[in-house]
Amino acid sequence: MTTPPAVRPVLPQSADVPEPEVDMRTSLAWAALPNPLATASGCAANGRELSRFFPLSRLGAMVTKSVMLAPRSGRPTPRMAETPSGMLNSIGLQGPGVDAFVQQDLPWLKAQGARTIASIAAGSIDEYAEVAARLALAPPGTVTAVEVNISCPNVEDRGLVFACDPDAAAAAVAAARSATDPSIPVLAKLSPDVTDIVSIARACVGAGADGLTMINTVLGMVIDTTTLRPVLGGVTGGLSGPAIRPVAVRCIWQVHAALPEVPILGVGGVRTGLDALQLILAGASAVSVGTTVFNDPGAPLRVLGELRTALAERGFERMRDAVGYAHSALGAGADRIAPPVPPGPSLRAPSADGAGSGYDETAYDEGR
Amino acid sequence: MQVRGEALSVRRVGAYYALTLLAPGVAERFRPGHFVALAIGDESSSMLLRRSFSIYRCQERGVYGGTVEIVVSAHGPGTEWLASRRPHDPVDVVGPLGTPFALPREPASCTLVGGGYGSAPLFTLAERLRARGCRVDIVLGAATEERLFGVLEAKRMADSVTVTTDDGSLGTRGRVTDVLPRVMERAGTDAVYACGPMAMLRAVSDVAAGSGVPAQVAVEEAMACGIGVCMTCVLPVVGEDGVTRMVRSCTEGPVFRGDTVRWADVGTVPADCLGAPVAAGGH
Repeated sequence: MTTPPAVRPVLPQSADVPEPEVDMRTSLAWAALPNPLATASGCAANGRELSRFFPLSRLGAMVTKSVMLAPRSGRPTPRMAETPSGMLNSIGLQGPGVDAFVQQDLPWLKAQGARTIASIAAGSIDEYAEVAARLALAPPGTVTAVEVNISCPNVEDRGLVFACDPDAAAAAVAAARSATDPSIPVLAKLSPDVTDIVSIARACVGAGADGLTMINTVLGMVIDTTTLRPVLGGVTGGLSGPAIRPVAVRCIWQVHAALPEVPILGVGGVRTGLDALQLILAGASAVSVGTTVFNDPGAPLRVLGELRTALAERGFERMRDAVGYAHSALGAGADRIAPPVPPGPSLRAPSADGAGSGYDETAYDEGR
Repeated sequence: MQVRGEALSVRRVGAYYALTLLAPGVAERFRPGHFVALAIGDESSSMLLRRSFSIYRCQERGVYGGTVEIVVSAHGPGTEWLASRRPHDPVDVVGPLGTPFALPREPASCTLVGGGYGSAPLFTLAERLRARGCRVDIVLGAATEERLFGVLEAKRMADSVTVTTDDGSLGTRGRVTDVLPRVMERAGTDAVYACGPMAMLRAVSDVAAGSGVPAQVAVEEAMACGIGVCMTCVLPVVGEDGVTRMVRSCTEGPVFRGDTVRWADVGTVPADCLGAPVAAGGH
């Protein structure tokens, strides 16, 4: 059984205290990243706006806004509503279309030194293939990975969302994978609004997904009690922000338990380094900061620093050693998909006779 | 830029609060029409979305460094939190943001129209126009006297000030557009500048267009981020190529030419907008 490392506080950083030594390198499939922090699709536009706050080259990856085949106006306003520790959005994938993205945004991102994970979306299987094919015309080296946003209604199947059906999800992923340069990994972005996310994950991987991004927003709705009408122009919207972080951790946990070899880009409610660490411990190899950017434009780099410190405090010398660590802490043979999880500290080898609380003194030694 | 600022003072002004923030670096880059986006609460606040405010005035060098003053109407939990700040409370500031008002190159007669506390950015605008030798006439309107902002200040800096209130509690009973044609005629207006509620901006744009006078209006749209990444604050605007696009009021705006905004279609996506959804079948 693996032993959880002790938490040893690292001094706050200052000019004369160097950053703690943790190897932050990671990878998503065969795409190597210098660190695990990424933006999230739709929460960072295509980089120009955030580049006024920090150099995009310092991100592990820049995940761009989902782009479709043609220019899209998006939905009418109001497009957002603040909710407790989160927000609803109903943007409707407003964007310039894939050709403008390929010609204008990708070369610019490359010039910034960013590693771009290009998110694509579509309303039909053929459109997924077409968008991916147009994206494949991008100058070499401008796309680090392709993320397939399958949380879109299928116009050819009564608006059924691809991500909510294993066959439709697989078909969308297969279409994008086959039209994409084989040297570029393809990630499928999953929706949490499903009964069994593992079956969707398996379908996507079976269709050629080299990794998974989890999770997209959770469908929600707010009604204005003054006007007695839905707040959003689009009626329903996607819930994001810290409110959905536990859903993200659960989804990543379940899929990593079932498919431990499949790399996961974790997304959902990350606001701090410890939030990011939760997603990593559940099985994410990299972590996106999404809605928090609206609150704190500098958050991706802040979270990176906090994560580095949190890993150092827990004795991790390499970020990738923490990926999925919470699973191994439960030990072999545990029902890791829906486990009766004992309280955290008791994970450290309860004594054979059941005596003692199982609390690990060193893990909670605050006097250091 | 993003700075961890702090509150210096909060004072009550009629129905509003004027909040002065220490925000080094913001004041130095300020031009009239710029806004700031303020975080609400601390790092674990459940209110994630920034609130955006036109900059009322700036001081580049004070006792403490650069300061920014905004006007807040405390009508929700976020704005109430801002109005309850005490000196030295931290407030995270992003700014200056947006596209500011364009100033005339030659001295011109400029008429400035403000609705409610939307008048806030007009005073520094008036100062800078005066400094360029422009004539400045100001029209301020609100529902009631209490909801006017900056009448005395306007009188100190403008060639004329005309006030309207819906209830007649101060100035002319009625709307700003009831008096605007007369003010423009008297002033020989070359340019109109306006800030306030959308309905007022639409009416002011119509009056200006009717007189063949260009109008620049600073719109109020709900924003989540203020920096151009969230795409929530869009409205239909006609570009120089004649094509309507859903553009962000935080980056392309908040200042637009009044005759480019499709006022009747705000809150919708016009069918001829670039990338508008193709109508579903049926009749």
